[in-house]
Amino acid sequence: MRPASRPHANLADTTADRLPRLLPAYRGAGPLSLADHLDRYGPPPEIRGARTRDEVIGEVELAALAGRGGAGFPTARKLAAVAARRNAVVIGNGTEGEPVSAKDKVLMAQSPHLVLDGAAAAAGLVGATEAIVVAHAAVADLMAAAVAERRRARLERIRLSVVPAADAFVAGEASAVVHWLESRVPKPKSTPRRLSERGLHGRPTLVQNVETLAHLALITRYGAGWFRGVGTEREPGSMLVTLAGAVRVPGVYEVEIGTPIGAVLGLAGGAVGPLGGLLVGGYFGSWVDPALAVDLPLSSEGLGALGAGLGAGVLAALPADVCGLAEAARIARYLASESAGQCGPCVFGLDAIAGQLERLASGRGPDLVALRRWIGQVGRGRGACKHPDGTVAMVASALRTFSGEIDRHAAGWCCGVPGRTSALSPPYRPASPDPRMPRRWR
Amino acid sequence: MRLSVDMIECEGRGICAEVLPDVIRLDDWGYPMIVRQVPPGLEDDAREAVRLCPRLALRLRR
Repeated sequence: MRPASRPHANLADTTADRLPRLLPAYRGAGPLSLADHLDRYGPPPEIRGARTRDEVIGEVELAALAGRGGAGFPTARKLAAVAARRNAVVIGNGTEGEPVSAKDKVLMAQSPHLVLDGAAAAAGLVGATEAIVVAHAAVADLMAAAVAERRRARLERIRLSVVPAADAFVAGEASAVVHWLESRVPKPKSTPRRLSERGLHGRPTLVQNVETLAHLALITRYGAGWFRGVGTEREPGSMLVTLAGAVRVPGVYEVEIGTPIGAVLGLAGGAVGPLGGLLVGGYFGSWVDPALAVDLPLSSEGLGALGAGLGAGVLAALPADVCGLAEAARIARYLASESAGQCGPCVFGLDAIAGQLERLASGRGPDLVALRRWIGQVGRGRGACKHPDGTVAMVASALRTFSGEIDRHAAGWCCGVPGRTSALSPPYRPASPDPRMPRRWR
Repeated sequence: MRLSVDMIECEGRGICAEVLPDVIRLDDWGYPMIVRQVPPGLEDDAREAVRLCPRLALRLRR
């Protein structure tokens, strides 16, 4: 296929540098109907035949689309690996187990057909006849209704279905999603072979985050040149971000990759007061000093300067009057409790690390030597999934960013016992008034 | 040759670290950490460690 020579009139008129691309232009719109969706974006192109597939995968490579689920893996490489095999299946991953992230739920709630277009396009690109979207329970019915709408319109050439996701932090890990579909066990599996070789019921499997699929749907329509109209040279395109914590209007926003972090926070009306820390990426992410971060571009490259990454697109602002160590301890305890309980270093290591961090935050004489040794031991790719690695990276970043607090806390000064309530939990008002959205995102 | 551990199967019995102390150390909870690749001369010990693992959790790849 040659990518459509020019974008569909409606989106072409709004030129490439106009956002939003993925979310409806007018907020609070609720799910875009199939008719409105086709009116906005034009019909999805047909992808048939091996040559066409290779051409479109080449276009995705030119677009340099990277996965938006957290790992940032190049989408074209994943597509090519699965396309090289027979009997493939596509899984759209909308599990979004990350508590502070809402972008996948909001995307599915507002633009369900763009995600489904992407799932169908991915199926076409890897020669699959089946695509399954695993959607957070809050939006699963809504996605299923969108699939039914497409069936009535006889839009699909493939089998498209929706399965409600398990509600657990690690349930969104790729092998855990496969495990969930196979046997309703939302736990990662030891995968000696890649999912692209042996995944769902032994079939070559493409697992792709739902936002990635939505971008894919637009690249197959308008091409790489259009996609690269926003973003940076190395990291083109737009991305969805969840702005949470101490910002005036927490919510999900679509931004150009490379936008200065200060300007991104500005979309949410800016910080409500002085900030003590910024959690970037999500609970798996990194704590950074807001003063160092505000001028950096929101991109892997920009955040790399602070040892952080884009993760799942979360920016959570911690007020200056809340203890960062206590917040990090609360998150570490949560992550320890969300271990699937399968791997020793995760089960014992995360519990021990969270325990020492709690002692530190509450001024109860932590063993900092042991804490640092455990950080070194646990976060080394030793688990079946990256849960221990991500947790340890978050803890290490907290010790770096709040290093000035450590001595005072270790000497017994206590600024508050870490509680269950997070300063990062947003009093959140999303754009969608959909009552099926989880309460905390309404 | 590279060793890898299926950490879901592993129960931290520690036999691998006894057979291959230069390659495998145990963490504070007794679970193996592979600290380097199998050096020349220790290939037979590596195979022995794989064979002796009671959980069949240790793997050897070229």
